[in-house]
Amino acid sequence: MRFAATLFANVDFSLGNGEMLVVTGANGSGKTTLLRIASGLSHAAHGALKWRGIAVAPFDAELRASVLYIGHATALKDEFTAEENLLALSSLHGAPGGERAAVREALGAWSLDRQSRLPARVLSQGQRRRIALARLNLIRRPLWVLDEPASAIDAADVAQLERLIASHLSTGGIAVIATHHDLAIHGARKRMLRLS
Amino acid sequence: MTPFDAVAPSAPSAGAWEGVAWALARDLRLALRSKAEIGVQLLFYVIVVSLFPLGVGPEPALLRALGPGVLWVAALLASLLSLPRIFTADFSDGTLEQIALSPYPLPALISGKIAAHWLTTGLPLVVMSPLLGIQFGLSGNELSILAVGLLVGTPTLSLLGAIGAALTIGLRAGGGLLALLILPLYAPVLIFGAGAVDAVRAGFSASAQLSLLGAGLLVAIVGAPIACAAAVRIALD
Amino acid sequence: MTTSINWFRFASPASFFPLARRLAPWFASAAALLALLGCYLGLFVAPTDAQQGEAYRIIFIHVPAAWMSMFIYLVMAFWCAISLTFNTRLAAMMAQSLAPTGAMFTFVALWTGALWGKPTWGTYWAWDARMTSELILLFLYFGYMALRNAIDDPRRADRASAVLALVGAINIPIIYFSVKWWNTLHQGASVSLTAAPTMAKLMLAGMLVMAFAAWFYAIAIALLRVQAIILERECATAWVGELAASVRGAK
Repeated sequence: MRFAATLFANVDFSLGNGEMLVVTGANGSGKTTLLRIASGLSHAAHGALKWRGIAVAPFDAELRASVLYIGHATALKDEFTAEENLLALSSLHGAPGGERAAVREALGAWSLDRQSRLPARVLSQGQRRRIALARLNLIRRPLWVLDEPASAIDAADVAQLERLIASHLSTGGIAVIATHHDLAIHGARKRMLRLS
Repeated sequence: MTPFDAVAPSAPSAGAWEGVAWALARDLRLALRSKAEIGVQLLFYVIVVSLFPLGVGPEPALLRALGPGVLWVAALLASLLSLPRIFTADFSDGTLEQIALSPYPLPALISGKIAAHWLTTGLPLVVMSPLLGIQFGLSGNELSILAVGLLVGTPTLSLLGAIGAALTIGLRAGGGLLALLILPLYAPVLIFGAGAVDAVRAGFSASAQLSLLGAGLLVAIVGAPIACAAAVRIALD
Repeated sequence: MTTSINWFRFASPASFFPLARRLAPWFASAAALLALLGCYLGLFVAPTDAQQGEAYRIIFIHVPAAWMSMFIYLVMAFWCAISLTFNTRLAAMMAQSLAPTGAMFTFVALWTGALWGKPTWGTYWAWDARMTSELILLFLYFGYMALRNAIDDPRRADRASAVLALVGAINIPIIYFSVKWWNTLHQGASVSLTAAPTMAKLMLAGMLVMAFAAWFYAIAIALLRVQAIILERECATAWVGELAASVRGAK
């Protein structure tokens, strides 16, 4: 055996409608692993994940239809334009907003109007991250799992992200967010989890 | 009552065929953006086939005897060469996570990806094969059976190969390992495919070999996407 | 259901380890005794073959090895299916511990087949249906072990190699059938190993005893190997720590 590590143990939390969990901790403390478990991508060595009160295995169909996961990787294709990328991703998640108009609007909200026809290959790191985040405007899911969403974007975009999260929570959504940034979300029922 | 509770209990069960169509359309579109890769794989096929006469000599009778086997082995190798493309890029840019978390059934999405892979890598070989067969002195009848065999057999190669590609996602060992996993499984396709041409040459009907290739294809269509889906989930876990 | 035995008790590596440790020597001794008896029957008691002379005696190793090579792959696939269905670690460890033995028997079957072929048919290697499928089986074993080896995370290795073993197990009959078909079409160029001489009762007895010896050997070696695998993979647990401490204390 060449690889085994216990990243964290005895992590226990439950979130109700309108609640968010902010996961902090040093690099390598297991934030991403925890988020992958919460979104149903990985299974925990011990313990269980419950969704709507029922224990679910990774890739459970019910959970898949409820979760929006935005990880480190932006899931963008270099060959596609910003618009094509978003169209493909939103229709992959069966979002009704698979139409061009909705995609344009989402890109506009992240001030990417001028980049919508450019191939992702030529875009900057921050622009790519914003395209990934524009999925929040397009795909309606009750559970958001966001891994370092505020990395590589500037203050105005962080504010936009905070507004989106606040409105998601106020309509009964749930969010699990790993972040180094201090996200200011007004009126949110916020819980903190620090992994060490 | 919140907006999300209203839609809560029954997940929007996304249809399998839409999943196939999504992946097929997207992967075809991607492949058309990088046409050079299709060309490279086809050239590989042509070059491997063309090297054989240099190795064994230009004796027409010998080339005619070796022809079907050479064309089929080269097709196996060309298929192997293109396999990592199915999942590697999607894995490294994070798309594979999104695909696995999509409400569409994962085997359906993977079927679409494999279909796109065959259309862009297998079908060109089928089209090219009669031309290469002429170089080996195959007769018209033999050429048509060769092409039909490849038409039925190469999708099976893509389907079986996708299992190996899915099992080796993200592994350092890469291509050599994939060859070790997959080439033994290709053996029956090779035997029946090249055997079909031999049968016609010997004056028999090739229908038995072609039916067996067809039966193998059906089994692979049903089984391979399920095995691939399991392998993709294991790789992401 | 209070009287039923809890079979799942042994499904945990920690409780299986002592059982494996107790059983392995018994299987090993049985294998050694049977092998001695089998060799005695095969080399001294069984009569010389009318056509093949003494050379035929290699079948006392060749045939059991060929049987075991196929059989072990099936057992391996069985454990893999269990490990995927019930997500049990021990089943995956059993599959892992069987693979090298299966590959070894496959290699021995090929090697002895070649040695048998030279004096009997005048060639070490013929593209006979059985030899060819045995060769492909060897590649399947190598693929299984190479895939396991290439994956760092043991749980992913367990599950990925289990999928591969199952795909291989489904393919083995297809491969065997296709190779046989191919072989009958090219009959002229090859020799068939199926035309074995009618076997004397004593020859059969010797072969069966050797087959049992191979069987017990495979079990013994798998039990030994699984102990090593368990210790390696569970080295962070408390019970392995206690075991290590008690071994140190005994010294």
